[in-house]
Amino acid sequence: MDLYTFSAYAYFFLIVFLVVVLYSYIYHLYKNRKSADGIDYEEYAKMALNDDLGDTPVKLKENDKEK
Amino acid sequence: MENRPLEYDYTVAKMFMFMAIVLGIVGMTIGVVLALELAFPGVNTILGSGVAEFTNFSRLRPLHTDAVAYGFTLSGIWATWYYVGQRVLKVSLKESSFLMAVAKLHFWLYVLVVAAVVVSLFAGITTSKEYAEFEWPIDIAVVVVWVLWGVSIFGLIGIRREKALYISVWYYIATFLGVAMLYLFNNMEVPTYFVSGGIGAWYHSVSMYAGTNDALVQWWFGHNAVAFVFTVPIIAMIYYFLPKESGQAVYSYKLSLLAFWGLMFVYLWAGGHHLLYSTVPDWMQTMGSIFSVILILPSWGSAINMLLTMKGEWQQVANSPLIKFMVLASTFYMFSTLEGPIQAIKSVNAIAHFTDWIVGHVHDGVLGWVAFMVIAALYHMAPRVFKREIYSKSLMNAQFWIQTLGVVLYFSSMWIAGITQGMMWRAHDEFGNLAYSFIDTVTVLHPYYTIRAVGGLLYLVGMFMWAYNMYKTATAGRAVEEAELKNASPMGA
Ligand code: HEM
Ligand code: HEM
Repeated sequence: MDLYTFSAYAYFFLIVFLVVVLYSYIYHLYKNRKSADGIDYEEYAKMALNDDLGDTPVKLKENDKEK
Repeated sequence: MENRPLEYDYTVAKMFMFMAIVLGIVGMTIGVVLALELAFPGVNTILGSGVAEFTNFSRLRPLHTDAVAYGFTLSGIWATWYYVGQRVLKVSLKESSFLMAVAKLHFWLYVLVVAAVVVSLFAGITTSKEYAEFEWPIDIAVVVVWVLWGVSIFGLIGIRREKALYISVWYYIATFLGVAMLYLFNNMEVPTYFVSGGIGAWYHSVSMYAGTNDALVQWWFGHNAVAFVFTVPIIAMIYYFLPKESGQAVYSYKLSLLAFWGLMFVYLWAGGHHLLYSTVPDWMQTMGSIFSVILILPSWGSAINMLLTMKGEWQQVANSPLIKFMVLASTFYMFSTLEGPIQAIKSVNAIAHFTDWIVGHVHDGVLGWVAFMVIAALYHMAPRVFKREIYSKSLMNAQFWIQTLGVVLYFSSMWIAGITQGMMWRAHDEFGNLAYSFIDTVTVLHPYYTIRAVGGLLYLVGMFMWAYNMYKTATAGRAVEEAELKNASPMGA
């Protein structure tokens, strides 16, 4: 196999790999919501809307210093 | 102290807002002068031939590009960072005197760098690399400024209350990391004085790379200066300010995450489109083209997400000039990211490269998308940081329409000029003799250059209206209560 054939195969499999990664990520985003303690990522959008210091965080950081 | 509720601290945000306005006006005034010089060459010596060195096109051009990119835009990015960062992480700069000191140092060191840049570029001291003109002593200072910003980002993240990072914070982090990497690689330079044992000026340097390699690194950097200064942090802004101002949650948060990774992956490979038909290897040019075409997907992913966020809320676009700015910004973003991939196709680039069409592409992006978004963001911040209503809604409305007209005149004239230029350069008779000489194109382009100058002038007028409105807001706007600041910004008549 010469270099060009090799790089063509490498390129093809790289693209396939990336497509798999992309779709797994989409799957992960959706699945997470359904599992019991999963996150609905759409909730995160509220971080911009409820952003006063007094607003409750969407998800409080653990061992947060009480102030 | 303990009795007072904790508040966000906008001291540093305010300082950067001020810088953005000042440098925006300075940079765009120079832009208008450049446009006039291209249309009327006499303007090059307008202050007399004695000082022509300082007023001619070639001396002023890098001052324009650096003032608007690293002055106006960066100040806008930092003003919003010191505002949005605290809010979405739900932590105040007041809570850490260390981070507060870092933020102030960040600002003042930046002011020093700006001063050094202005003086050195006016004096004609430059490395001659586009968007990386600064000589090595300034480069070192830039790195320190950048590191300070990094400390501020990661420091604030370290003491946050909100566990997850809002999508805007991802984009700010990407800006920080992207520029850091690119800037370091592109500015690897050899200080000639020290290496040669005392020949020449102490501040002078040459690039560590040469020839084609130098060009490759330069445009890997140059393209991503566009990516990580004119796109990524501006997306950070729109993901926060549009939802907040309109009271609508981002249409699809998942899409925003996907678009983020898509953009990060594709952007870094597209720089080759600046070097089509040059001496870089052919496969690299092809790769640059292909990735540029793919780049439309993540770009439109973000832009459509923004437009869909306004779904069912279009009356807000009609009613609020602030929302108008942002909706038009995302529309222009779609526009320039459609135009870009087209120009990156090799056969199109054969006509477009070196012509005014590229300059048109640049400015529908920067005027329509970048500057509109910075303007909108700072308008939204003004009532919150000054605790006053925006001084005048009608003035903002007028500014919006004047500037929109300015952008349209700018890019439409440059399209016509660019394509005319491209066609005339390549026209030839049956024996292969060129049909036109260079001066023929100059004559034909004159009217379009004049139109561009008028468009630019209108845009600049809008900048002054913005500055006035912001100044009046800070000093004379009606005082407002916290409750009025939830979503739509309060505006006076
Ligand atoms: C999908 C996105 C984009 C693609 C594929 C793209 C593609 C291109 C191409 C092909 C060129 C011309 C290279 C040449 O022939 O010299 C160019 C130049 C440029 N573009 Fe874009 N563009 C995109 C988006 C943007 C955006 C959103 C902005 C700014 C807000 C922008 C700013 C610029 C600048 C400043 C230059 C000029 C660089 C120089 O020669 O100094 N581009 N772009
Ligand atoms: C009043 C508004 C403006 C006017 C009249 C203006 C005018 C100009 C002119 C005449 C040039 C030189 C074009 C050439 O060499 O043929 C230029 C280049 C450039 N301007 Fe502006 N400009 C304005 C605003 C801006 C803003 C707000 C930005 C960025 C935030 C910007 C970024 C650039 C860049 C990146 C270039 C280099 C383009 C290239 O190399 O292809 N300009 N501008």
